Amino acid sequence: MDTAGQIITGKYFDSVSLMRVAKQALELPGVKDAAAIMATAENKRILAASGMDWPGLAEATDTDLALGVLAESKAEAESAVAEMEALLKKKPAAASADTAFHPRSLAGALASHPDAQLALISIAGRYAAAEAMQAIEAGLHVMLFSDNVSLDAEIACKQRATEKGVLCMGPDCGTAIIGGVPLGFANVVRRGRIGLVAASGTGLQEVTSLIHQQGGGVSHAIGTGGRDIKAAVGGRTFLAALNLLSEDEGTDVLVLVSKTPDDEVLKALAERVRAMDKPVVAIFIGGDPAVVEASGAIPAATLEAAAYLAVALSNGETPDQALALLSGRTIPAPQLPAPPRRYLRGLFCGGTFAQETVHLLTPKLGTLRNNVTTALDDPDHSQGHTVIDLGGDEFTAGRAHPMIDFALRNRRLLAEADDPETGVILLDVVLGYGSHAEPAAELVPLFQQISQRENPPVLLFHVCGTDADPQGRESVVTALEAAGGVLAPSNAAAAAWAGEWVAALQEGGRA
Amino acid sequence: MSLLQAQPLKVINVGLESFDAAIRAAGGDSVHVEWRPPAPVDAGVLAVIARHTERIEAANQEAVARLQKAQPVLIDMGVARDLIPGMADDLLLHAGPPITWDRMCGPMRGAMIGAVLYEGGADTPEAAEALLAGGRYRFAPCHEHQAVGPMAGVVSASMPVFVVENKTYGNRAFCTQNEGLGKVLRYGAYAPEVVTRLKWMADTLYPALQAAIRATGGIDLKNMIAQALHMGDEVHNRNRAGTSLFLRAVTPALVRSVPDRDTVAEVIEFINGNDHFFLNLSMPACKASLDPVRDITDSSMVVAMARNGTDFGIQLAGTGSAWFTGASLVPDALFFAGYTKDDANPDIGDSTITETGGLGGFAIAAAPAIVQFVGGSARDALHYTLEMYEIALDENGVFQIPALDFRGTPTGINAVRVVERGIVPFLDTGVAHKKAGVGQVGAGVVTAPMDPFVRAVEGLAATFSTN
Repeated sequence: MDTAGQIITGKYFDSVSLMRVAKQALELPGVKDAAAIMATAENKRILAASGMDWPGLAEATDTDLALGVLAESKAEAESAVAEMEALLKKKPAAASADTAFHPRSLAGALASHPDAQLALISIAGRYAAAEAMQAIEAGLHVMLFSDNVSLDAEIACKQRATEKGVLCMGPDCGTAIIGGVPLGFANVVRRGRIGLVAASGTGLQEVTSLIHQQGGGVSHAIGTGGRDIKAAVGGRTFLAALNLLSEDEGTDVLVLVSKTPDDEVLKALAERVRAMDKPVVAIFIGGDPAVVEASGAIPAATLEAAAYLAVALSNGETPDQALALLSGRTIPAPQLPAPPRRYLRGLFCGGTFAQETVHLLTPKLGTLRNNVTTALDDPDHSQGHTVIDLGGDEFTAGRAHPMIDFALRNRRLLAEADDPETGVILLDVVLGYGSHAEPAAELVPLFQQISQRENPPVLLFHVCGTDADPQGRESVVTALEAAGGVLAPSNAAAAAWAGEWVAALQEGGRA
Repeated sequence: MSLLQAQPLKVINVGLESFDAAIRAAGGDSVHVEWRPPAPVDAGVLAVIARHTERIEAANQEAVARLQKAQPVLIDMGVARDLIPGMADDLLLHAGPPITWDRMCGPMRGAMIGAVLYEGGADTPEAAEALLAGGRYRFAPCHEHQAVGPMAGVVSASMPVFVVENKTYGNRAFCTQNEGLGKVLRYGAYAPEVVTRLKWMADTLYPALQAAIRATGGIDLKNMIAQALHMGDEVHNRNRAGTSLFLRAVTPALVRSVPDRDTVAEVIEFINGNDHFFLNLSMPACKASLDPVRDITDSSMVVAMARNGTDFGIQLAGTGSAWFTGASLVPDALFFAGYTKDDANPDIGDSTITETGGLGGFAIAAAPAIVQFVGGSARDALHYTLEMYEIALDENGVFQIPALDFRGTPTGINAVRVVERGIVPFLDTGVAHKKAGVGQVGAGVVTAPMDPFVRAVEGLAATFSTN
């Protein structure tokens, strides 16, 4: 144990500053006790009693400041005293930019911002419904990003929202764009005259991004949450959103994105679509196009086709012109691996992308092992053609969504590459607000490592996003291509290409 | 207005903060809520509360209106035995909710020992302790005898007390004279010098002040507190302005009433040397203002928050004399030289009557000089006060915060809001050494524990099922 001290004369410090400095000194290495006090007779006694005494302390007077430290070594004591002096000289940090007061509750926010129109709620599911209900009661529109909200609570919120004349997007509504403002996980897209309603978050991201890439623009993109189209919820938000867009003067063309709605809901939607005087494009993933046509909407076979159709219609072109653009594309011919590499392995962050891939490839490849249409006994290991949604509940318990945290998919990507039967690895990369800020930094090293191996599998990827997104689509694409990846322009194209290539590998394997 | 026509879209963001930045980057307006989960309250209790919302709100309006109308005036001094209802020679009043000797913390026991020595009930601390442990004395909360006491808050029969009268309702509140800092009874010290000082306060300070206060015809404490807030006090941890104002108000009368100039000088020096002297006036001012709010059926307004160093207790207007308690927390403090958090006793004292009355931590934005207790920046202090508006029923009509454009302080704590919003009252505090007899070791801030509020809301819900 050793002591160091310093007397400072001719300076005034308030007692609270001195206590603060002493407290900070106590956190320094080796420091057992520290004092910053005026050198009154009483205080000098206190210092001595605490084992802090040094030459010069005795001569100090009432108006002098005494800095004393008791530490394990002389060096530590001296350095702590020097640190205390520095702390006393330090000016308080200038107020940082974000020092605005944040209200502690929704009601508190309403009190200071009574003109707010919408509450974006992303707290834990067990609290989210009560918060949403409070917002609805206050006359706010709601986007309920949170999942794990009960069906009963969803129905109650949506019923009350209808009564109050407000929109309740969600629960489990990942994306919306209202008047150019992104809510939740959204991409930065051009403003325009195409309005969207979607019961699928990544589906909505894909269609809005492709609209932007095709030169089109979005008026509003309204999410409903995936359960909205279930009979129990009755498509309440879907129908309300259709009404809003139908009346919206800024919207010329509508796009509906969803899994196939339950029958009663579909009937209600069809009725509403038939009464609409704006063209409507619909993609019901896994659904029967005839059902869509019967509703009076133009059916799209893929998310990509929906975007092309909508852009064509908003430009005054025909659906056929849009579809011709798609069918005219050629499939590239990369170096395919040698046997035994022959199976497709799809590793998706976006659940809708996995669904669409399974739906598009099942007719071509037969049954695909996947966790989208079925539950898997062993989701961690692939076998044959396998498509995995890594955002599925079995993977996300206790961790961030794979759009944000790449660790799980990175490991799986290497595992698939190590599997000698893997022929094509299919990946989605989702950009936009909320997603991983630097996806290329995560994937490039892995792509490089895999593509430099002997007889590597094909690394096929698609990037859902735009150049206006914070990550910048072009730079992500360039980096991944340079690392050995093959870019597909959309999820649907990626599925189609992967299907062609693994079909070729099957034949090669048999030959 | 329709959602789709909103220009710009104005969002309240409850949850992920990154969403807030994205909205603003795209030209929308967003206010981010620093949301926290509500307190864990039984769903059945919440349902009962929800069903009676209108009754609770009506009762709360009446409750906070009574607090706003209070006019606390310092009218006199006297001896506890003569003035405090129910006071007796074998009764020792203390801070906080009721407590037995075996559960008392170190500083509370120390103050009790000091009071027995002061009253001449024993000659040695050991003898005093034996009497206290042996049941020779009864203990009761100050709050149940129209009194409040800082820290240990011990009041014995022969101690002089201030008399504060709420002129609007005619009720009175009592509080002892503040002893100053260092080794003092209220921090549990009982050394001979402590008792000697108390004797001087009874024999010299009290008669002089009593004469002076009587000669002034009464001092309007509400007005004085309002002025102190404009001068940088929040009248809990900082009472420098209040003490100065009090001294200024009382000095002419003191000089006229006390013939001996040395006595006058000693009294003035004592008050001048004790920046906390006014605390023992701001506290009974709040107590006198809050007592008329008691016994308003259905009201969830807090009428007392108090700690005995072991338990933190609260009382609601709508739940009669019941105390709802939880463990008292150890404050986050700045410590005097030679002391650390290990030395600190859990929070203690009736001084949270100031927060209950819309002062103290609720008014910390008025006291930039002590913001280092709350993290160092004046903005932090503003934010603490702003946060307290979220659990307050009203803004004070008299007490104002200059830095908030003279907005009234958050006034009248609504226990239902505390649990619904998961926001506990923010308190200023002094810190006692956990060992009896040592005294004050620091000062800082602490939040109230949530448990007493959860129990109080349960207690309020129970009143609905029984009537």
